[in-house]
Amino acid sequence: MLFGYHWDTAHGEWAFALSILPMLLRGLLVTLEASVVGFFVAMVLGLILAVLKGARSRIVSWPATFITEFIRDTPLLVQLFFLYYVLPDYGIILPAFLTGALALGIQYSAYTSEVYRAGIEAVEPGQHEAAKALDIPPRRTFTHIVLPQAVPRVIPALGNYLVSIMKDVPVLSVVTVLEMLNVAKIIGDQTFDYLVPLSMVGGLYLILTLVASAIVRFVDVSLPKRGLPLR
Amino acid sequence: MHWVEFLKPLSLGAWVTIQLTVYSTILGAVMAFTSGIGKLSPNWLIKGISVIYIEVFRGTSLLVQLFWLYFALPIAGDWIGVDLRLPPVMAGVLALGLNIGAYGAEVVRGAIQAVSRSQYEAARALNFTPRQALWRIALPQAIPEMMPSFSNLAVQNLKDTALASLISLSDLAFKAEQLRNFYQNSETIYTIILFMYFGMALVLTVIMRALEHSVSRWRRVRK
Amino acid sequence: MTEPIIAFDKVVKRYGSHIVLDELDFTVAQGEKVTIIGPSGSGKSTVLRILMTLETISGGVIYIGGEPLWHERRNGELAAAGEAHLRKMRTQLGMVFQQFNLFPHMTVLRNLTEAPRTVLGLSKAEAKARAEELLQLVGLTEHANKFPGQLSGGQQQRVGIARALAMRPRIMLFDEPTSALDPELVGEVLNVIRRLAAEHDLTMLLVTHEMRFAREISDRVCFFDKGKIREQGTPDEIFGNPRMDRTKQFLRAVREGE
Repeated sequence: MLFGYHWDTAHGEWAFALSILPMLLRGLLVTLEASVVGFFVAMVLGLILAVLKGARSRIVSWPATFITEFIRDTPLLVQLFFLYYVLPDYGIILPAFLTGALALGIQYSAYTSEVYRAGIEAVEPGQHEAAKALDIPPRRTFTHIVLPQAVPRVIPALGNYLVSIMKDVPVLSVVTVLEMLNVAKIIGDQTFDYLVPLSMVGGLYLILTLVASAIVRFVDVSLPKRGLPLR
Repeated sequence: MHWVEFLKPLSLGAWVTIQLTVYSTILGAVMAFTSGIGKLSPNWLIKGISVIYIEVFRGTSLLVQLFWLYFALPIAGDWIGVDLRLPPVMAGVLALGLNIGAYGAEVVRGAIQAVSRSQYEAARALNFTPRQALWRIALPQAIPEMMPSFSNLAVQNLKDTALASLISLSDLAFKAEQLRNFYQNSETIYTIILFMYFGMALVLTVIMRALEHSVSRWRRVRK
Repeated sequence: MTEPIIAFDKVVKRYGSHIVLDELDFTVAQGEKVTIIGPSGSGKSTVLRILMTLETISGGVIYIGGEPLWHERRNGELAAAGEAHLRKMRTQLGMVFQQFNLFPHMTVLRNLTEAPRTVLGLSKAEAKARAEELLQLVGLTEHANKFPGQLSGGQQQRVGIARALAMRPRIMLFDEPTSALDPELVGEVLNVIRRLAAEHDLTMLLVTHEMRFAREISDRVCFFDKGKIREQGTPDEIFGNPRMDRTKQFLRAVREGE
């Protein structure tokens, strides 16, 4: 029994599959929640890293670059374990879900910071020159000229990382987060049938990523390529 | 326990990680080329299989694939009466290789399609068969294009090997867990292996860059 | 009367609804040097590309040395040609491209030997000997081990000519061979083509805007417009005394540009 549902192992494979579907869908919900929270963290942290990396002072930019590389080149699983076991030693006690989402966010902030950098750098230098010639102050240049043009380029790449985050959520199962794969594994442990639950999880993932990718593509297509309109 | 004493057992784990990475990256490369080229095939069967493989392994989570191969496949084997129990090493290499191969396939396909049409025309004019044109003319020009992405995928693969610890493969992450359970020294142990992974990733990146350098000699010539 | 080496019989080429070749009748005799001139979009390059089997035809029949090119004789009837037949026919043709299309990842020598070794089955030594002979013909012997990226446009095109000749075709097709070159490099390529025309018995089909050159080496000049030959004759006839207004108009416009 899981989440209040019972599985049915007495009436053949299809009945079994149907009976565990609600449990897996609950797990799917957790997967989505973890993805969204992790994505938010990645977006915010990534922006901070991107700004720090672009700083003129090397005392700021070099450590930021090193940290980004370090995060990018080390496994999510180990980063997750680190947070889960080490944070309590420093008095930070988070529910497993948040620890997991935080780990996801940190791992992907290394990627999102690159996306931000690339998006900002892709805005033609001519735009900066024109802004300077028109005497627009640097901060306003950034918020009103660079940013609105960078956003349409950045959103599709970020969207793709959201889909990647969804595929990395099962790693959180090692710290007891009840996402889809964990649910399937528990069902398998107790019914000795791993094939049906795991196959269903695979199928649900395919549907999830297909839908999510389609949404990302839709957003990409409906964004004006030249930049967000400013009134 | 002084942290240096952790290094010996962890190094054994690191060696397993390296082997896992090498084998699965080789498998991944094979899968990437066969399915990437297969996706471009006019034969609908080859194309179909390639597309399905790529979509399934790119569209599902690696851990799900790993668990499926390790836990679910034997049960499917029972159904059809064949022993499909995979030892952890095999399940690990297979899952990692198939997964990274699907991502690599898109890189391969994209790079081949980026080769100018006029090259194929020149090949046709000289009476090369389409297969000869692919192998002798297109692929050598496509490979330098693939290298930067392959470099990223290789490092990604290295990181993914840590998941194999979850099916009891004695890699670096597994060894770390063992030590941690025994000595309760989470912070030190995890910090060490984070740096070990980082170090391995850097070495891997250097190797990939050297490879990239050697296959793109003809691109760097100047008049 | 010997059979023409190339014969177009009411050949049609369509791109969607756009007609590029309009029931074209065209013959070339063995060993003849024919230049095709005309405005862009008139179908000149398409003729060469169809001969080199880079494009299919929408109607009509083409004969090379009496054999149909895009068709095969099966049970006494003409059916669409299979790849094996096309490969057999292709051995008689060689093409030089406007953009050279050399293989950038191979040295000049390898560009010349790759096809003879792979397609014709020549040994390494045989292919190398043939390549060196051709490099001497085009004047590039000392560049054998360079990559195309290290050569000028004119040198690359000369390699392109050598590469096509390495397959010993009976018919050489030149698709605007100097149009992509800086003016000062045009001469070296034209010199090679001139030598080829003078010293070899090759049938040559040349599409070019170099009118003076065309007048010098051609046996016959064909003026193409809107998918058909409007006028053809000896160089003196076409350049010196064109009959049709369209031809005159075209030649006048080209002269003004020179």
